[in-house]
Amino acid sequence: MSASLTLVILMAIMYGTGVYVMLEKSLTRILIGFLLVGNATNLLIFLMSGRAGDAPIIAGGATGETTVDPVPQVLMLTAIVINFGVTAFILALIYRSWWLANLGDEGDDVTVDDEDAIEAEEAGVYHASLDEDDEAVRAQLEEAADQTDDGVHP
Amino acid sequence: MIFALLTFFGLAVLTPFLTRALGTRVFSLVALLPAAVFVYTALQSATVLDGGVVTEKVPWIPQLDISLSFRMDTLAWLLALVVTGVGALVMIYCSRYFSNDEPSLGRFAALLLAFAGTMFGLVTADDIYIMFMFWEITSVLSYLLIGHYTERKESRGAALQALLVTTFGGLAMLVGVVLLSVAGGSTSISTLVADPPEGAIVTVSIILILAGAFSKSALVPFHFWLPAAMAAPTPVSAYLHAAAMVKAGIYLVARFAPGFADTPGWMPVVVIVGVATMILGAWRSLRQNDLKLLLAFGTVSQLGFLMVAVGFGTRDMALAGAALLLSHALFKATLFLVVGIIDHDEGTRDLRQLSGLGRRRPVLAATALLAVASMSGIPPLLGYVAKEAVFSGLIEAGSAGDAWGWVALVGTVIGSAFTVAYSARFFWGAFAAKPAVAAADGGGASGPAAPATAAGEHHESHASRGILAAPIILTLATLALGLLASPLGSALESYADTVPGEGDYHLALWHGFELALGLSAVAIGAGSGLFAVRRGFARVQRALPPVVDASRTYWTIVHAVDRLAARITVFAQRGGLPQYLTTILLVFVLCLGVATALNRSWPTQLVAWDYPAQVFVAAAMAIAAVMAARATHRLAAVLLVGATGFGMVVLFAFHGAPDLALTQALVETVTIVVFVLVLRRLPRKIAQHNRPVRRRRRGMIGAAVGVTMGLVGFTALGARQAGGLGPELARLAVEEGHGSNVVNVMLVDIRAWDTMNELSVLVVVATGVASLLFVTGRNVTVPRLGDSRKRRQGSERGRLVGDPHTQHDAPDDRQHTWLLGGRTLVPENRSLMLEVLVRLLFHPAILVSIYLLFAGHTLPGGGFAGGLLAGLALIARYLAGGRFELGETLPVGPGILLGGGLLLATGTALGSLFLGGEILTSAYFEGDLPLLGHLSFGTSTIFDIGVYLVVIGVVLDVLRSLGGEVDRQQAEADEKAEATA
Repeated sequence: MSASLTLVILMAIMYGTGVYVMLEKSLTRILIGFLLVGNATNLLIFLMSGRAGDAPIIAGGATGETTVDPVPQVLMLTAIVINFGVTAFILALIYRSWWLANLGDEGDDVTVDDEDAIEAEEAGVYHASLDEDDEAVRAQLEEAADQTDDGVHP
Repeated sequence: MIFALLTFFGLAVLTPFLTRALGTRVFSLVALLPAAVFVYTALQSATVLDGGVVTEKVPWIPQLDISLSFRMDTLAWLLALVVTGVGALVMIYCSRYFSNDEPSLGRFAALLLAFAGTMFGLVTADDIYIMFMFWEITSVLSYLLIGHYTERKESRGAALQALLVTTFGGLAMLVGVVLLSVAGGSTSISTLVADPPEGAIVTVSIILILAGAFSKSALVPFHFWLPAAMAAPTPVSAYLHAAAMVKAGIYLVARFAPGFADTPGWMPVVVIVGVATMILGAWRSLRQNDLKLLLAFGTVSQLGFLMVAVGFGTRDMALAGAALLLSHALFKATLFLVVGIIDHDEGTRDLRQLSGLGRRRPVLAATALLAVASMSGIPPLLGYVAKEAVFSGLIEAGSAGDAWGWVALVGTVIGSAFTVAYSARFFWGAFAAKPAVAAADGGGASGPAAPATAAGEHHESHASRGILAAPIILTLATLALGLLASPLGSALESYADTVPGEGDYHLALWHGFELALGLSAVAIGAGSGLFAVRRGFARVQRALPPVVDASRTYWTIVHAVDRLAARITVFAQRGGLPQYLTTILLVFVLCLGVATALNRSWPTQLVAWDYPAQVFVAAAMAIAAVMAARATHRLAAVLLVGATGFGMVVLFAFHGAPDLALTQALVETVTIVVFVLVLRRLPRKIAQHNRPVRRRRRGMIGAAVGVTMGLVGFTALGARQAGGLGPELARLAVEEGHGSNVVNVMLVDIRAWDTMNELSVLVVVATGVASLLFVTGRNVTVPRLGDSRKRRQGSERGRLVGDPHTQHDAPDDRQHTWLLGGRTLVPENRSLMLEVLVRLLFHPAILVSIYLLFAGHTLPGGGFAGGLLAGLALIARYLAGGRFELGETLPVGPGILLGGGLLLATGTALGSLFLGGEILTSAYFEGDLPLLGHLSFGTSTIFDIGVYLVVIGVVLDVLRSLGGEVDRQQAEADEKAEATA
């Protein structure tokens, strides 16, 4: 299978830059990274159709030697449209989180440190409550077992 | 049987609603169902006891040989009678036990009913996987029922403990079940038992299955969950933890014993564990002061006894085991119900606080006395008959040279003596007159604190109101079946006879003076003696260290697992989203990097470029991508990303992919518009939070991913050996799909199934976008001019010019304006030029989009491209005329477009089914039309129309959410700001 070196390099660059942007905290940046990675992925699939050639539209009922493979194109066509859908969805998320959090000029950063602290705290509370439950069962059983009926005379 | 099961679960779903109307009376109503199933089972007696079976079978997963097969033989019949009979009685008891203000009564009733159905399914299932399924459902239901008092710590803890222990056993059992069914080549339990496979794997699987059975039936070392489970309401203890669920393990062993009792390891495991459980349970029972806990440890002890009996594997022992199972279910359920009544009426179940109850409640005492006597094995009750049978069977086995027979005999006689002792102590504790307690009562409540009681506040007497009915019926059954031992015995013999080997024992009240009778007498005598010296014995018990403390081990393990999980979570989950992404990407690079490093097949014919222009386009795209990554302004970043997208368009166009080029161009345009719609609200600059160090790290990760993906691309190219499917697909497209645009024919015909799924993804995405914006409720239609009249008469009015509805010349306005919605905009936001342009271009654009839709089959285009173009036309109208213009242009809600489109697509798919073809088969008729030329119209065209509509729907939904709704929220915010200012 032959391919164009240019396209492979372009794909690699787009992946690299896409990932670089995606690792930031701003949701807009993440979306931009997503778009770059999306385009790069499409390019990867596209590469699999080989060298440039004629469109897979049959004139006269037969395909020539130079007609390109239609399968990657079909895969990509729906991918392009779904990419759009997901982009719109992320945009709605960005807007919503900005609106709800009332971030104003601070923009759309995903919070990092506080959230984890809260999570850890919640986990701790959860553990504590489990431990308490276990302790209650144990107390219930042991208290009953440790005492005798000596207090009662038949 | 299947019908009965369906009814059980159907009624269980309805029960919470019925409870709302009926209160506690709902129990009497739902009790009818287990009662009916009891009658149904009883009606099968003639068939079953003749040695016949009742079977029902519905294929379920034929690939795995799993079917919903049910089979009622004698054993299943016996257990079905027990679970439905006791179930019905317990539910009747519940209707008196609970009051209408009991919290979560509906849930409780539904769970109890579902449990009865599950147990019935468990004992009648013949497919081993179906049996296992019911087995696990009982664990879950037991968890929910034990945890009924959700606000109590001990309830929650006990419920979780029971769940963890039984599902742990269940997991071991699942492995055993899979091994066994594979080794035996069948999933039918009856087949496996009739023709048992052999070998090391079978031995392992049987041990695993026994582990499951032991955990379910609370045998050592899993016994500790059962006493803790007494935190449940008493009816649950009586039903699940005496009569039904804990019997599941016993049932399973009884089911497997005829075929697998001679498996290596079976006998020692069953006898040792059974005897140990029997003695340990009874020992601990003697130390309890809470009547319910006393019974619970007694149950543990009896379950050990039962395990020895049903697992021993001789014909006589099987008979004895079946009888013992029945007798235990009857007397233990009775005793629990009695304790429930005592608890209710006296407000305590601590035997140190109860006194003189026997004189006050003679009927209750008599009921309990019969049950206790049966538990101790006193003639003429069923418990006596069964115990005699066990002793005889063990003596028989021992004399036949089986050493385990003697071991088991000694163990069970000792256990029986203890049983007599704790039985006596139970009755004494509950009913006897105790002067010390009476004196204490006279002086006020000075006794030790009562343990938490099920419903301690309710002191009113229930005796006259039928709560006694259930225990009395159960205890009378104990008496009657004891007297009718012979007919009962001959009924159960058809199960016992399935066990290979000799044996001619018959159940009877009187077998003459023989060793078994002597042993019974010894047990009763020793037990009574033990009861007489109970205070001294209690001191001895306290002095001895605890032999087995399995619950402590359990707690240690559970705590360790909790701590480990917490530590791993804290270790793995820190640093937020970027950190997680980094982890994922590094793993990705590592795995794929290693894989590509091992690769040896690189592409053979690599060219620098396909055509010179490619290099320039690629360079432009690369620069745009890098700049997009570095851009600090949102809009700049978006436009730069858009530039890479348009670069893709050029590459596609030069590469022989016109459809892709068309679609990508349209998508890029729509994306940029939507981006701008949202970003206009956000601050212009993207905040910079990442320190330079982080930036270097990100750069390195990005580079690593990029290089890896480049290598992956090379590898994939090199790995590809065969040529493409191109020519074959082209043939298919022309001959089968009647189109010459291969890509489009594949989308709507050859790969239509995928396209349909992708359409549903789009619908989900559109709905997601809308629901994120319209939080309070989804408008069915896009807002039109009329809708806004009220608002525009309000505070917003001043910002409007030339309102068509409030001015008198409104009708004329409709004719003298380019875009109706444009009137709603503030003047500085209006552009007449734009309005004119949009008005002139809109209809041609829609026409072109329809042309693209229909031409797509033969030329570049299709539903996706057409839909996007139409969407773009809508966008233009919105941009020029504002959000009301959108409704005026297309007075249909996006929901209708999305739903209609999906309906067309799925309709085409299903339509061919009705016409006798495979799903999504297409049909065609051809003809020549003016202007469009030769046209082939087929079902795939209808499918494409569906695609077209869905795409328009998505664009419209996005537009009215991110466009219109954002406008509205902005207007609202502005109004608020004005009002406060």
